[in-house]
Amino acid sequence: MTSSPAILSGSQAASCANPPILRERGQREVFCGLTGIMWLHRKIQDAFFLIIGSRTCAHLMQSAAGVMIFAEPRFATAIIEERDLAGMADANEELDRVVMRLLERRPDIKLLFLVGSCPSEVIKLDLSRAAKRLSERVSPAVRVLNYSGSGIETTFTQGEDACLAALVPSLAEKPAEAPESLLVVGVLADAVEDQFRRIFAEIGIRQVDFLPARKAGTMPSIGPGTRYLLAQPFLGETARLIEGRGGQRIAAPFPLGAEGAAGWVHAAGATFGIAPAIIDAVIAAPRERARRAVSRYRDMLAGRRIFFFPDSQLEVPIARFLHRELGMELVEVGTPYFHKDHLAADLAMLPAGTAFSEGQDVDRQLERCRKAAPDIVVCGLGLANPLEAEGLTTKWAIELVFTPIQGFEQAGDLAELFARPLNRRARLEV
Amino acid sequence: MQLTVWTYEGPPHVGAMRVATAMRDLHYVLHAPQGDTYADLLFTMIERRSKRPPVTYTTFQARDLGGDTAALFQTACHEAYERFKPKAMIVGASCTGELIQDDPAGLAKASGLPIPVIPLELPSYQKKENWGAAETFYQIVRHLAGPHALPPNAARPVRAAGEKPRCNLLGPTALGFRHRDDVRAISGLLERMGIAINVTAPWEASPADIARLGNADFNVVLYPEIAGPAAQWLKRSFGQPIVSTVPIGVGATRDFITEVARLAEIDPAPFLKAEESRLPWYSRSVDSTYLTGKRVFIFGDATHAIAAARVAREELGFEVVGLGTYSREFARDVREAAARHGIEALITDDYLEVEAKVAELQPELVLGTQMERHIAKRLGVPCAVISAPVHVQDFPARYSPQMGFEGADVLFDTWVHPLMMGLEEHLLGMFRDDFEFHDGAAPSHLGHASRAPAAPPAVEPAIEVAAPAMAAAGTAEIAVVEGPSGWAPEAEQELRKIPFFVRGKARRNTESFAGQRGIRLITVETLYDAKAHFGR
Repeated sequence: MTSSPAILSGSQAASCANPPILRERGQREVFCGLTGIMWLHRKIQDAFFLIIGSRTCAHLMQSAAGVMIFAEPRFATAIIEERDLAGMADANEELDRVVMRLLERRPDIKLLFLVGSCPSEVIKLDLSRAAKRLSERVSPAVRVLNYSGSGIETTFTQGEDACLAALVPSLAEKPAEAPESLLVVGVLADAVEDQFRRIFAEIGIRQVDFLPARKAGTMPSIGPGTRYLLAQPFLGETARLIEGRGGQRIAAPFPLGAEGAAGWVHAAGATFGIAPAIIDAVIAAPRERARRAVSRYRDMLAGRRIFFFPDSQLEVPIARFLHRELGMELVEVGTPYFHKDHLAADLAMLPAGTAFSEGQDVDRQLERCRKAAPDIVVCGLGLANPLEAEGLTTKWAIELVFTPIQGFEQAGDLAELFARPLNRRARLEV
Repeated sequence: MQLTVWTYEGPPHVGAMRVATAMRDLHYVLHAPQGDTYADLLFTMIERRSKRPPVTYTTFQARDLGGDTAALFQTACHEAYERFKPKAMIVGASCTGELIQDDPAGLAKASGLPIPVIPLELPSYQKKENWGAAETFYQIVRHLAGPHALPPNAARPVRAAGEKPRCNLLGPTALGFRHRDDVRAISGLLERMGIAINVTAPWEASPADIARLGNADFNVVLYPEIAGPAAQWLKRSFGQPIVSTVPIGVGATRDFITEVARLAEIDPAPFLKAEESRLPWYSRSVDSTYLTGKRVFIFGDATHAIAAARVAREELGFEVVGLGTYSREFARDVREAAARHGIEALITDDYLEVEAKVAELQPELVLGTQMERHIAKRLGVPCAVISAPVHVQDFPARYSPQMGFEGADVLFDTWVHPLMMGLEEHLLGMFRDDFEFHDGAAPSHLGHASRAPAAPPAVEPAIEVAAPAMAAAGTAEIAVVEGPSGWAPEAEQELRKIPFFVRGKARRNTESFAGQRGIRLITVETLYDAKAHFGR
């Protein structure tokens, strides 16, 4: 925890395309990237995530979701023990033994991720070599990949970025003569994915793939004809690697709220030369439904002041939605990492002078928050109850990652998530 | 490396957090990477605490590793002191902090803070949560009470005439299974006995309270897993005897009263007479006859598991068919307890092994942790939770102790509740063909809790699922080795007429009956022969 003074960057005359950002380093009240496994292991139905870590990692995984999810999970931890560290056991042999036992137990696994953690990174266990070695042993039945979800390198949703980035080099090469195709990158709820698939088909984009696919065997191929659209704002490394293989990003706001979803679909359509009028005709009904659903909460939320603690990197597009479609006032928008390029379209829609912060020094941020006395605070599970007890109204951020919020049909649900804590507080008389 | 799906205990620094969070005016500086702060939510969400745990995490990142992480630690200590003004500090490392070998103990000593700074050495790759809590509590007690220890060979000063006997209540922490309510129950009991409580610790104790632990005449250890080492040290340093009975259940509470009275030099008889538990009468009332000989499997921390086994047998008339613990430090105690029940203890922290054992034993009731609740749910066996690891449901709004006579009443209610009620059980047995008496039908008082029709029929498939894991874990396979007898279709049909909650037992009895007699094919005749042989 350094006490170096916070740094202000960006131009002083705040345009929102290049806003000043309060950068802080200190105690962070956020999850590490391992937590992404919570949704990734359900999204890719024949994948298994094996964390190579400590008892802490295993304990995090069973505690983080707030409840223990007890359908047998497709993740586990290979817990490093004293004998591995003391060199009494060869860590690589141990890992091979654990993996073979696991694959015996779960013959349904087609894709195995070896997931690095803080301890495995610090002892420099080379998981990429292990993945290669094991892949040779168990292919073609199982493919073994690796990535790091360690807290020393990744924050919460960056775990998904690291996982998808690990997938990219393994994707098949699209033939050079293949026509341009659309690739949607980032985990979306299955239902949301299906909604967008229908919309893209209706506007006339013929070839649409999603990364990750629901099965290991149906991962998309990529190449110079790939035009990709980010579904999530935290996929910096994945985007970089896709571009390395010739993919081109379609700049767009993120598909949150009626406006975000419309902007997202329009950007994709424009890339494929589809006339805006056609797109408007296709999305007219869902866009109208979204507006209607959102407007139900406008009275409750308009003019309310909201404060974001950093959590998932979804903060900026959500702030944009809450400000523009619900009339909320943004007190501070904290985010773990501020990817200016990917957020450009969302930033451009935010009012000048919006206070952004990146990173965290939690005690200082709490001081700012208490001083600002916002109407609603978006924060992690460790902070929510203490802030409620102090009289603040909170929305736990993790719900925003575990709920389908993208797309037209979910815009009302997203608004409701913010209205509910206020609604609840208004109802309770004790 | 150990392959783990779920763990019974967290790492040792979480144990230290449980002690720190229970106390007042104590702060914990933990050398840990980003992400280890997840542990805060155990306290704020599961236990619904209204304050953040008093923990500062140094939050080092990959880019710090080449640089000065030690300076990061020292800054964190100073800033935490300035911000929170604690009366004492504990310092240590989490699993990753341990690997970078910054020596928090030395750094903290050099930091020159004007308060006691207690270094913790918690080996993350060897030890677990309860050990970490015990070690932390012991270090805090030794550091803060140590300066007041009696000189070697000195006798305890005699209590002044007319002064109440005094004891300490040791062991309750944050995130403990019903610690909050046990403290209230046992404090009340001791007060009614005319015994003053000198200090309760770590629960809501300040460093100043810890310093005066020596003023008590004896120590009551509620949770040996946590307070055992500290109590042993207090015994050596202050000559304080230890009340070793854990008052869970009517019998144990009676023993506890007797033991306490002996140390306090008072007559226990009036307090034993004044006991107000309903459990003995409820157990004797005819409605409870259906509980007789119910086969129960027990798993938890050592203290709760051993106590539950005694209550199950002596106070509810169950038959204990399995007893185990994940507390390896207490394996010997659990083995001894199991021997008293004529069974072999299961000592493991691998929940797959526990699941295999439950599937094999086919009990009628499981008393376990949240893990066993899920195992039991999958196997269709009723279950009540008796021990940590905890879940948000284990922090009920109402007063719900496990200890003392009120605690015994809670045990009766919680353990009996998941079972079929007496006559309902008979009706199910008599009218198996009633379409509403299908296998998914739950006891009527459990309403919608009925299992989905898709749930696995009885327990057999679960054995198959669990078996490979069990074999891989190197545990002897018992059920399959013999080459089991097969079931004739009519016998299988007849078996299905037996209500599902006793069907497992019937299947198991019949198979072992057939196995012993070398019967290869189980017929309807065999089924009834076995029934005659085993009784109910």
